[in-house]
Amino acid sequence: MLRLSLGLVTVFAFSVIIFSTFSFLPGDFATEILGQSATKSAVKALRAELGLDKPPVTRYFDWLGNVFQGDFGSSFSGRSKVQGDQGDRSREVVGLIVPRLKNTLFLTGVAAMLAIPLSLILGISAALYRNSYYDRSATGVSLVTVSSPEFFTAYIFILLLATLFPVFPTISNVDEASTLAERFYRTALPVFTLTLITMGHMMRMTRSAIINILSSEYIEMAKLSGASRYEVIVKHALPNAWAPISQVIAINLAYMLIGSVVVEYVFNYQGIGRLMVGSVYNRDLPVVQACALIFASTYVILNLIADLIGIISNPRLLYPK
Amino acid sequence: MTLNKSKELLLEMKNIHIDGFSDERWHKILKGVDLTLHRGEILGLIGESGAGKSTMGKAAMGYTQPGCKIIKGEINFNGIDLAKLTEFEKRKIWGTKISYVAQSAAASFNPAHRLMEQTISAANRLKINPTDVLKKDAVQLYESLQLPDAENIGDRYPHQVSGGQLQRIMTAMAMSPRPELIIFDEPTTALDVTTQVEVLSAMRSIVDKFNTAAIYITHDLAVVAQMADRIKVLRYGEEVEEAETRDMLSNPKEEYTKSLWSVRSLIKPEETNEDYMLSIKNIDAAYGSSKVLHNVSIDIPKGKTVAIVGESGSGKSTTARVITGLLPQLKGEIIFDGKKLSPKLEQRSKEELRRIQIIFQMPDTAMNPRQTVDEIIGRPIEFYQGIKGKEREAKVIELLKMIELDETFLDRLPSELSGGQKQRICIARALAANPDLIICDEVTSALDQIVQEGILKLLQKLQKELGVTYIFITHDIATVKAISDEIVVMYQGEVVEQGLKSKILNPPYPDYTELLLSSVPEMDPDWLTNLLNKRSS
Repeated sequence: MLRLSLGLVTVFAFSVIIFSTFSFLPGDFATEILGQSATKSAVKALRAELGLDKPPVTRYFDWLGNVFQGDFGSSFSGRSKVQGDQGDRSREVVGLIVPRLKNTLFLTGVAAMLAIPLSLILGISAALYRNSYYDRSATGVSLVTVSSPEFFTAYIFILLLATLFPVFPTISNVDEASTLAERFYRTALPVFTLTLITMGHMMRMTRSAIINILSSEYIEMAKLSGASRYEVIVKHALPNAWAPISQVIAINLAYMLIGSVVVEYVFNYQGIGRLMVGSVYNRDLPVVQACALIFASTYVILNLIADLIGIISNPRLLYPK
Repeated sequence: MTLNKSKELLLEMKNIHIDGFSDERWHKILKGVDLTLHRGEILGLIGESGAGKSTMGKAAMGYTQPGCKIIKGEINFNGIDLAKLTEFEKRKIWGTKISYVAQSAAASFNPAHRLMEQTISAANRLKINPTDVLKKDAVQLYESLQLPDAENIGDRYPHQVSGGQLQRIMTAMAMSPRPELIIFDEPTTALDVTTQVEVLSAMRSIVDKFNTAAIYITHDLAVVAQMADRIKVLRYGEEVEEAETRDMLSNPKEEYTKSLWSVRSLIKPEETNEDYMLSIKNIDAAYGSSKVLHNVSIDIPKGKTVAIVGESGSGKSTTARVITGLLPQLKGEIIFDGKKLSPKLEQRSKEELRRIQIIFQMPDTAMNPRQTVDEIIGRPIEFYQGIKGKEREAKVIELLKMIELDETFLDRLPSELSGGQKQRICIARALAANPDLIICDEVTSALDQIVQEGILKLLQKLQKELGVTYIFITHDIATVKAISDEIVVMYQGEVVEQGLKSKILNPPYPDYTELLLSSVPEMDPDWLTNLLNKRSS
């Protein structure tokens, strides 16, 4: 309960930071859209229409109040550019974000479903055969993947699997009409990229969490009571390793989401990351704020889940004395 | 302790050599030790730390710790040489034919599983009896080990029961598959004396009941005397001597064996002093919201030694923390040499800090591992007395002489010293401040018997020469007899009684003192039996 409220406070603090950061950015949407040569009065009129003339604190609370009602406001771009034009083409931020958020969640979800089991299995088996050639090569390779930036990994994949051996497309454009199989096929390369950049860290931390526990006395005791290697790891070490492992997974899922900003850009995938980059470019504040808030809350939620797993897996916390 | 044990051989270990790898090289841990054990017999393995007794005990299972290996030797268990078996074959014997009871029960249970699950896990592996039969049997074992609420205690997690109970549950776990041999590796060392008695009697009766053979490893002769039919003494990885328990106690052959209980012969004539170095009056203290000291008043006579005794959790170390100012009291006052001391460390003057020094239980953790002996002892000299350069070095050497070491130690690091030498350096560091009062917090508990004796003699010598006052915190009654003038008995944060040694150690006793004193094992193989008879009557 305390953690939950702390999480809410964190999200709230984030919203303040996000809002103020973007408000203090040099330049604003009005000058951006009307150009340097626009008359002062035209800029002023547009600012008034967008509500940019109000003091930041008022704007913040207006925005926050609307966010609570699920209304992230309207996008600045796409609106009528000429005064008196018929039909306002301005789009609701929510309408803009939801389909793209779905796309991003699909991408990261698939990547997570690939990365988490793989890194757990690799980490546990590396711990099991510690200092073997298998362990050394696995930890060595994972160090390389962790250290390479995501765009680099992405281009390597493009080079290997799209250019040299054209198996997968380089551009992952999907739309509402795409079937599931199509989606898997088109997103293969970004999924691989995201998997690879997060797997190394998760695998290494799983390995070290298990190895750390393997040196404790109850593991020796388990061995002396005849437990097999497999039993020692899965029954005796793993249950005590969930807390650190889930923390690492949470951090990496969040990292994956952030990594998707770059990856989506590289593969031209219609996700929230790409939307955010584009909106920053256009000074489209409501969209940027909404995206940033979504990223921040995901991070907080993931960490909350990790904490929860830590509590559930630890009888000391679950059953007090 | 029945004498009509069978003569059927169960375990025969011949010429065991084991090497261990540490500090970048291989050391010999065991250098050709033999051991025989018959069915239903209990063998005591005794020796100081580093004697190889624990390694020998584990080798009896064909197990060596990571970083150790069996170089040579046979381990014939029921006619099978365990040293030749593969890991996979040995696993069929471990936990089921031979089981193991470890020293620290709290660390040896998996915190993630319920006790019942762990108790029957080895027996479950045999797949002879179904789980519910095993559970019923475990409850019966819990009952015969006199565990409270035997029916339900297995549903708890390890952190929910006390250390003494855990140790008994581990015995039940070892007994559950009805092994032919149990290795007890210092099972009561981490327990308080009053708990130790209960655990010892429970273990002894259950081993008797099922006629299980056992190897009992300990450093405490008095404990092993209660358990073992035969005793084997190890030192530096070699056998010193072996004999029937009664013979060994009444007539030890080797000098070394005799020296093992020499500390118990050290006795100091008591003296007192009406002039108090320190008085604490009606002290209450708490950690956070849990109150640990209730109205504690103690007087410490000048130039004498007051021993504070009690079990873990009795508040004796907390009292020391209050005196040093590490934990400010909630209520009450501390009078030091006629002057009131402020509760908070920060508000005491440098002079007041200098006059009270403390020596800790674990010399390993009490010294900075990267400082040389010269720096460790030299710093307080410089800090409190402002002495530098050549004069400081002369002073350090003088202190080293005082603790019976010499200037060759100046450049050594703590890692290059033995346990006893480390504790001597800690004593020298305390003396470097030229204090009036030294608090010794369990200073000998981590040391071997012979080393203990040396440290206690040194402390007495220093008191005679320098007239320093000691507060000696300990749970070991033998140490108390050896060093104290007065004794304070503490229990659950309160002072049970304070008085001259002769008064406290002789009847009439308050109930708790009686329980505490009677629980201290004696060098008499019938001690436990007599005690249990007396208590049950």
